[in-house]
Amino acid sequence: MAGLMAGFGNFTHAVVRAVPTSLAKEALRTNKLDVDLLKAQREHELYVEVLKHKLGLEVIELPADESMPDCVFVEDAAVVCGDTALITRPGAESRRKETEAMKKVLSDLNLNIVEMTDESATLDGGDVLFTGREFFVGLSKRTNQRGAEILADVFLQDYAVSTVPVTDGLHLKSFCSMAGPGLIAIGSSEHAQKALKIMQQMSDHRYDKLTVPDDIAANCIYMNLPSKGHVLLHCTPEEFPESVKVFEKLKDHMLIPVSNMEKAKVDGALTCCSVLINKKTDV
Amino acid sequence: MVLCQVTMLDGSQFTCEAEKRAKGQYLFFKVCEQLNLLEKDYFGLCFKDNADQKCWLDPLKEIKRQIRNGPWNFSFNVKFYPPDPSQLTEDITRYLLCLQLRQDIASGRLPCSFVTHALLGSYTLQAELGDHDPDEHRTDYTSDFQFAPNQTREMEEKVVELHKSHRGMTPAQADSQFLENAKKLSMFGVDLHHAKDSEGVDIMLGVCANGLLIYKDRLRINRFAWPKILKISYKRSNFYIKIRPGETEQFESTVGFKLPNHRAAKKLWKVCVEHHTFFRLMTPEQPTKAKFLTLGSKFRYSGRTQAQTRQASSLIDRPAPYFQRTSSKRISRSLDGAPVISVTSDGSGPLGEKENGRDPALELSSDSKDEDEMPGDGAAAATTAATLDSAEEDAEESEAILRKGFNAQDLDKTQDDVLKHQASISELKRSFMEATPEPRPSQWDKRLTASPVTSLRLQAQGSADNKQKSEAVAVATTATQPVVEIEETVIVEEVRKTPKPATSAIPEVHAAPTTEPQAAAVAAKEASASSDSESEEEAEYHPQITSVSVEQIKEEPEEEEQEEAELNKQQHQPEPSPLPQPIAETDPEPEPAPAPSQPVIEDGTPDTKEDAQPPMEVVEDDGIVEEEMMVTPEEAPNGYSAAEGQGLGSLEEEDQEPRVNGDALHVDTDHLPQVICCSEPPVVKTEMVTISDTFAAQKTEIATKEVPIVHTETKTITYEAAQLDGSGDGEPGVLMTAQTITSESLCTTTTTHITKTLKGGLSETRIEKRIVITGDSDIDHDQALAQAIKEAKEQHPDMSVTRVVVHKETELAEDED
Repeated sequence: MAGLMAGFGNFTHAVVRAVPTSLAKEALRTNKLDVDLLKAQREHELYVEVLKHKLGLEVIELPADESMPDCVFVEDAAVVCGDTALITRPGAESRRKETEAMKKVLSDLNLNIVEMTDESATLDGGDVLFTGREFFVGLSKRTNQRGAEILADVFLQDYAVSTVPVTDGLHLKSFCSMAGPGLIAIGSSEHAQKALKIMQQMSDHRYDKLTVPDDIAANCIYMNLPSKGHVLLHCTPEEFPESVKVFEKLKDHMLIPVSNMEKAKVDGALTCCSVLINKKTDV
Repeated sequence: MVLCQVTMLDGSQFTCEAEKRAKGQYLFFKVCEQLNLLEKDYFGLCFKDNADQKCWLDPLKEIKRQIRNGPWNFSFNVKFYPPDPSQLTEDITRYLLCLQLRQDIASGRLPCSFVTHALLGSYTLQAELGDHDPDEHRTDYTSDFQFAPNQTREMEEKVVELHKSHRGMTPAQADSQFLENAKKLSMFGVDLHHAKDSEGVDIMLGVCANGLLIYKDRLRINRFAWPKILKISYKRSNFYIKIRPGETEQFESTVGFKLPNHRAAKKLWKVCVEHHTFFRLMTPEQPTKAKFLTLGSKFRYSGRTQAQTRQASSLIDRPAPYFQRTSSKRISRSLDGAPVISVTSDGSGPLGEKENGRDPALELSSDSKDEDEMPGDGAAAATTAATLDSAEEDAEESEAILRKGFNAQDLDKTQDDVLKHQASISELKRSFMEATPEPRPSQWDKRLTASPVTSLRLQAQGSADNKQKSEAVAVATTATQPVVEIEETVIVEEVRKTPKPATSAIPEVHAAPTTEPQAAAVAAKEASASSDSESEEEAEYHPQITSVSVEQIKEEPEEEEQEEAELNKQQHQPEPSPLPQPIAETDPEPEPAPAPSQPVIEDGTPDTKEDAQPPMEVVEDDGIVEEEMMVTPEEAPNGYSAAEGQGLGSLEEEDQEPRVNGDALHVDTDHLPQVICCSEPPVVKTEMVTISDTFAAQKTEIATKEVPIVHTETKTITYEAAQLDGSGDGEPGVLMTAQTITSESLCTTTTTHITKTLKGGLSETRIEKRIVITGDSDIDHDQALAQAIKEAKEQHPDMSVTRVVVHKETELAEDED
C-alpha cells in the first residue's frame, strides 16, 4: 500500500551525466585545486557502476557537454519528488543550460515537469534536502528566497518547505544529507551544527542525527531498495577515515564506500552526481 | 426561545431551540447529543461575526452576547485537529474528523498534491461506497464527490484506480487510512492568519498543535514550538510572542507581528491560548481568580485539554454507535435534496444509543464535567494545580516524542521493520555514547530522551568553554526563570508569591521602569476592571505556568531584570563588612556619601533596590517607598483585596513607576509617585539610565571575579496607625509642591520627602522620611530607631505618624561559602 510519504529512499531510476574534459580546468570551484581528469572520470564510472550493477537501478546516462564543465553534477539541475520534477534555475549563470538535457530526460520518464522560469529565482538542487517528511532549502550563494518559494509552490502541497541560511560552504548538502529515514548525517563544523539547529527548530518532526567529523563526508546517499534494504553510499576511508568509522556504526545499512576525491576538489559531493527517481507503477 | 440553525459536517442542517440567554455550551451539547458524539472536545461551533469572520462560539458565554445582532446560524467544526487521529477512541469521532478534512481539502484550505488528492479521495470512496463494484460503479460515479478544489477527469480516474485497490477495507479502516495520510500533510490542523512582520512584509502565522509557524509566500521561515514560547500577548492590532532564549542566547526576545486589525490580533491570541492549553497542558489554566484583578482579557480556554479528553475517552464503554457515513459529495453540492441523516430537534434522532446517558462513567467523563469548569469556580489551589501542570507537561511531552518517533515510521512498513529500525537507531545511539568521543554530544539525542524544556536548559548551561561566563548566565537565568513563567492574570498576587530567595535578590525590587507603554496600558485596563473581555485592547498569556510566580507581568526587556537580579546578588558579595552603604534618594544633589566602589543607587525609584542596603528605616506619615520594601519574601502576605489591586492598577497606569508590586497601603498614596515624577522628571530619567549602565558595568566586572558570598537576613516590620487616612482610594490630589531634602550624619542618612497636595479642597501635607542607619552590630538599632521616631515627632508636632516601616538587614556570617 502506497501511503503518503511512504517509501522514503525507494528509487528505481537514476540520472547521471558523464564528466566532460573541461571539468578539470573550467568547472567552478571554491578552492584552487588541480583536478586529475582521468581520476575524476574513473571515479565517476565507479559511482555509476555502483548504482547500476551493485544496486540494480536503471541508470540513464547523459553524455557530457564540453561547454558545460559542471554538467556532471546533475543534482543541481532538478529536484524530483514523487512524480513531480522541478527543473531548477541554477545559481551559477554558466550552469543554466545544464537543465535542458535534464528536462528532456525527466519528461521522457513521464514525470510532471515544472520549470522555474522566474528570472529572479535561483535554486541549486544541492541546496534542497528532502527528509521524507519535509523539505529544507538552503539559502546560499546559489539559491535565493525566490527559488525556495517556487520550490514551495511546487511541493508545499504535501510537504512543509523551510528555509535554512547557509553561511559557509557551497550548498546546504555540502555538510549534510539523509543517512536513513529520520536520520540526518551532519558535519561537525560550527556552521553545519548551526544549520542543523535551525532545521530542528523549524521542524515538527524529530530526527536522529549522525555527526561525522568531516563536513563533506556528511554528504552520503541513502536508499531503501526492495531487494537490498537500507543502503548507504558514503565516503571512503582514504578520504575521511574518521567519518567512515561513524558510518560503520550503522549496523543495518549496507555500506558502500564510494570514492569522490577528485570531484570533491570542484565542490562535488556524492549526492551531486545523480538525480534519483522512484518510478513505481502504483500511485 | 430562539431558533438555532447548525450546519453539520456532512452538510445537513440541525435545528433546535435555545433560551435567549442560553450559553454556547447549551447549543454545543445539543449538537453533540444529536451526533451521538462523546469525544467532543476536539470540536466547536462557529458563527460569522459582523465582519463576516468565522469565530468560535465561547461555550461559557451567552450566545446572544457573542453573535450580537447576527442570525443564530452556526456550523459544527473541528476546532483542535488531533495530531494522531488513531488515538481517538471512537470511529464516529474519526468519521467526523474525516468529514472536516474533506471539507478542508475540497476548499483548498488543506493543500495536497495530485497524488495525495487521489489517494485520500480513494479512501473516501471506500469508506462511503464500500468495495469498488464494476457494475454499480460506472465510470462517472466519482463525479458526485469532490476530492480537490479543482478536480480533473484525470484525478477521478486515479481515484477509481486506487479505490479498486482498497477492496475489503471496512469503512472505519478506510477512514483511518484517510486520516493517517492526511495527518502528515504539512498544513494539517494549521490555522492560518494573515499578518505582517516588523518590516511590514506580508506573512502568515499558523497556529497548530505544536506551536506557531511563520510562513512567507508558502515558505516556512520560522517555527516556535510551544515550549519555546514564554508569553503570548496582543495589544491593539499587534501580536507578540516572547521567546525563551536559545542555547547561545542569554535573554528572551520578543517578536511582534502586525495583524490587520485589533479583532484579528485578539482572535489569533485566543486561538494560541486555546491551542497551547489544549495540546500542551494537562489541565486548563484556571481563569482569572477575581474579576477586578483581571489583566487585559481574562479569556482562557475553558474546555478539557487533549490529555483530559483522552483520559475521559478511555473510559468510554459503549458499543460503537451506529452511524451512517453520508456522502461527502454534499459538501460541495449541498443544494440538492434532504440530508441523509435526518436531523431533528426532538433529541432522539434515528440513532438510538441513548443508554450512554445513563452510564455513570460516561456521565462523569463527559457532560457533567464541563459544568465544573465554569470560570471563577476553580480558583482554589490554582498554584498547586499549576505546579502539577508543569511537571506533567514534561511527562506528556516525552510521551509525545515517543509517539511521534513511532508515527514517523513509514506506513507501509511492517511492525517488524519499524521495530528493527528503531532498534538500530537506538543501537546507533548507544554505540555513540559508549565509543566515540569524536562526534560531539548530540543535543538532539538528548532531546529524544528528555523533554525539550529540560534539555534546553541543560544546553543553556552546558557549554564547556567560557565556564565563568556561563555560570554568570546561569545565575541570571535562575533569577529570571520564575519571573517569566508566571501566570498572567493577577499582578498583585503574583508579586507576593515570592519564593524565598535565600539571601539577597529580592525579586520585586527589580521592578524595572514601567515607563513601557505596554505595561502601563495593561495596568490601565486592569484598573478599569472591565468585565467584558470583548472590549479589551490587549491581553497576555504566559504559556509556561509555574506556581512560584515571583514577578509581576511586565514587558520590559528581561535584560534589565536579569542584570539587576545579578547585581543584587553581587551587591552583598563584594562588601563583606556591614559598613555604610550610601544610599541616594530622589535627590537632585550629588551624592556626598563616601561611596565605595559599590553601585550607588537611586533616583526616582529608590525603592527598587534599596532592600539590599538600608538596615533600617523610619518612615513618617506614609511612605510608598518603604512599602515596597515591605514586600520581602518572608513577610509577603498573600491575600489582597480587590480595592488594593485596583489602586495598584491605577498607580501603575498613572505614574509609570516601577512599583507594580506595591501593596495595600498604596491605595491612599497613588498619586505620590506621580508627584515625584512631575517635580523632577529629568533627574529621574537620567538617573534611571545611569543605573542600568552601572549595573551592566558591574555585572561584567563582578561576573569574572570570585566574590565571597555573604548571607544576609532581611526583616521588615511595619507599624501602622489604626487611623485610616481619609484621602484614600484613588482620588488623586492636585500636586502643589514637592521637595526632597537629604541630610547625613556619621551612620545615618535621612531623606525627607515632603509633598503637598490639594484634595477635594483640602490641602494635605505628607512627609515621608527615610532614615538609613548603617553600622556594625554594636550600634543599637532599636535605640536609633526610637530616636529617629522621636525626632520626627518633635520636628512635626502637628502631624501624626501613620506608618513606620522597619526594614532590617543583617549579615549572618562573614561568609559561609
